[in-house]
Amino acid sequence: MSNEVLHAHAEALTVHGDHHEHHHQETFISKYVFSQDHKMIAKQFLITGMVWAVLGGLMSVLFRLQLGYPDAHFTWLEDILGKWWVKDGRITPEAYYALVTTHGTVLVFFVLTAGLSGTFANFLIPLQIGARDMASPFMNMLSYWFFFTASIVMISSMFVETGPFSGGWTAYPPLSALGSASPGSKTGMDLWLIAMALFVVSSLLGGLNYIATVLNMRTKGMSMTRLPLTIWALFFTAVLGVLSFPVLFSGFILLIFDRNFGTSFYLSDIYVNGVGALQNEGGSAILFQHLFWFLGHPEVYIILLPAMGMVSEILSTNARKPIFGYMAMVGSMFAIAVLAFLVWAHHMFVTGLNPFLGSVFVLLTLLIAVPSAIKVFNWLTTLWKGNIRFTPGMLFAIGFVSLFISGGLTGIYLGNSALDIHLHDTYFVIAHFHIVMGVASMFGMFAGIYHWFPKMYGRYLNNTMAYIHFWITLVGAYLIFWPMHYEGLAGMPRRYYDYSTWESFKQFADLNKFISIVAMIVFATQILFLFNFFYSIFKGRIVTKQNPWNSNTLEWTAPIRPGHGNWPGEIPEVHRWAYDYGKDGKEFIPQTTPVGAEESQH
Amino acid sequence: MSQNISIPSTSLSSRNKIHPQKFMLWMGIGSICMMFAGLTSAYIVKRNQGNWLEFNIPVYFWYSTLVIMLSSITIQFAVKAFKERAMQKYKALVTITAILGIVFSYLQWVGFSFLNNHGIQLIGRGSNPAASFLFVIMLLHIAHVIGGVMALLIIFFKAFSSKIKTYSSISIELAATYWHFVDLLWIYLLIFFYLIK
Ligand code: HEM
Ligand SMILES: [Cu+2]
Repeated sequence: MSNEVLHAHAEALTVHGDHHEHHHQETFISKYVFSQDHKMIAKQFLITGMVWAVLGGLMSVLFRLQLGYPDAHFTWLEDILGKWWVKDGRITPEAYYALVTTHGTVLVFFVLTAGLSGTFANFLIPLQIGARDMASPFMNMLSYWFFFTASIVMISSMFVETGPFSGGWTAYPPLSALGSASPGSKTGMDLWLIAMALFVVSSLLGGLNYIATVLNMRTKGMSMTRLPLTIWALFFTAVLGVLSFPVLFSGFILLIFDRNFGTSFYLSDIYVNGVGALQNEGGSAILFQHLFWFLGHPEVYIILLPAMGMVSEILSTNARKPIFGYMAMVGSMFAIAVLAFLVWAHHMFVTGLNPFLGSVFVLLTLLIAVPSAIKVFNWLTTLWKGNIRFTPGMLFAIGFVSLFISGGLTGIYLGNSALDIHLHDTYFVIAHFHIVMGVASMFGMFAGIYHWFPKMYGRYLNNTMAYIHFWITLVGAYLIFWPMHYEGLAGMPRRYYDYSTWESFKQFADLNKFISIVAMIVFATQILFLFNFFYSIFKGRIVTKQNPWNSNTLEWTAPIRPGHGNWPGEIPEVHRWAYDYGKDGKEFIPQTTPVGAEESQH
Repeated sequence: MSQNISIPSTSLSSRNKIHPQKFMLWMGIGSICMMFAGLTSAYIVKRNQGNWLEFNIPVYFWYSTLVIMLSSITIQFAVKAFKERAMQKYKALVTITAILGIVFSYLQWVGFSFLNNHGIQLIGRGSNPAASFLFVIMLLHIAHVIGGVMALLIIFFKAFSSKIKTYSSISIELAATYWHFVDLLWIYLLIFFYLIK
């Protein structure tokens, strides 16, 4: 038995057998392209995610241009983007919907799922649990390359003649199922589906690996209850993904059959202008919504949990205080992970859902407020009377808490089925999910990047640029999304091309212009961040301290620029949890320090 | 290579944990279960909404059930043969298992044609979701069986072509676990389609 185990383990390590002492033959290809080192794969996920963030952000700037200046003619845009996208200096209606759809898909899946958990699960899991690499470095590499291929397919859909898919990121049939219904549902939708299928495969490969690694590869002494909260969060994220992505996949398969093989899973009694009545009979479009939201709701926690984990870690490190309520944090993440599967129908209150069933989903949805409130309480009490160091990572972590509170409160409104009749599909929803999920998770990601950049690249980011980045982004995010609540309360629907033709929404013309201007400023600020990021990789201040933040977790016991295999000698042994800050008069006590005889209870 | 072994792998050798690849397979199985759970629940939801075609499943699906159950037995013997180093026997049993997998898929296909020929259109214009569901779910299951057949082939050729002799039975054990799983999955689907139509 033990022989076999050793054998398999050696197999997993063959790639980096001799990371110390001997000179390892590493080619450019095996080191930077088809790398099996979790740290390199993390960087690949991060940089691909950043490319997507720029593209997705640029799309939002473009459609905000239309919303803010519905009457203006930007003829220069036509020269850049071409006739399909811009006609007569105005974004075409087809292009508008295509932009909104791709923006949503890309930011949710490619940036905040692959870019966020792909990066930090890969980077932090082995380093923080004390493992040399993932359980299967090869599958890990595949996971990235499936994501990369998905990205290529998604990008290629921008260049087909009929345009990219244009039916919203939720891809509801019948629109998404019928090529005859809209140009955006033709080739663009086929490519969208292929890209998403590849993406699901990538997520599954990654997720299985993360779970296996956390459960099986922890170093000596690293019991589950000594894990940093980042690892718990990434673990729950992976579990959610492994259980919910297959259901989305099954929804996609039925959709593919409806599109290409004449079945009627989602289609019934449809009349298409110019085509006439369709033969499809017996299907139900609502069925897709069930399958979609069974993933779709857990997906918002797949996006949010990694940010929550990293924020917990960064807050505690920089407040120089133990995290408040460690077990409550783990328990509330567990509760969130379970409840995430039981609330999907809150996206479907107005689909004719049985009102009694609706009230059950209201109850379950509002129950999520309990673990969420516990987490918020614990973050605030961790900050309370802390000896706070306002590093850029810390600022973004605090920003996350602020956004999570503001965005979470509006969730309580939306969780009520009666209120949702008015609020559904309005800008109130846009405001809610952007603040609580979009921008908050972005803040978590920024916090993570600022905090772990020294470990990733052995250099620091520039602080001045970081502070500018933080303040403009925080203020900008509120200025962009806060006013959208008012628009939504006034009934302004989402996904519309031009509101200036509606008497009731004319009053928002100036507000829309204001939002668009802020959006452009915020976007420009992200370019500043990108500059800081890439400049610092090559020219940043060099890290000379092994543990620059005086942090307790294991990654800071590895060399400043760890090789493949992470620790040159033995993997350190763990003797305590990760949060002994300010204990017994000591500033911090790393997890590797044995418990002293005279030490107080821990 | 010897150095790899010398790397202190505290996490694995010191504790008696489940093999990581086996563990990953079990999670993969959980994930496949979720996909079929999604599809079969969709089936029930759709059925309750009416406009549903009722029909009996053809007898071929019972034959294929016998075949796949038989293949579960042969693969189990293959594992045993491998562990006893009875390589000739092992070779034969793996081959038989793979062939049974293909026969199973063929019989499913025969069942599909039977339905089609008896006025139950599976896909295309005028098909009822009841029949399309059966077709799509079973097709996905067949895909998983074919995946298993390919895994068997890979293991088979690896074991005999590589210069390094492997004495680890882990690959064939993984394949056997997966094979039993697709077998059970089919039995679940059969009972499901038999009872809920
Ligand atoms: C500067 C930052 C951003 C701005 C200005 C922005 C703006 C917008 C606006 C105005 C819409 C609604 C368009 C419409 O319904 O007509 C929208 C949709 C959407 N955004 Fe953003 N967004 C930003 C960042 C993000 C982020 C970080 C995420 C990640 C979660 C995100 C995800 C989505 C999604 C999922 C939709 C819905 C798309 C659909 O209706 O199918 N956005 N965005
Ligand atoms: Cu939800």
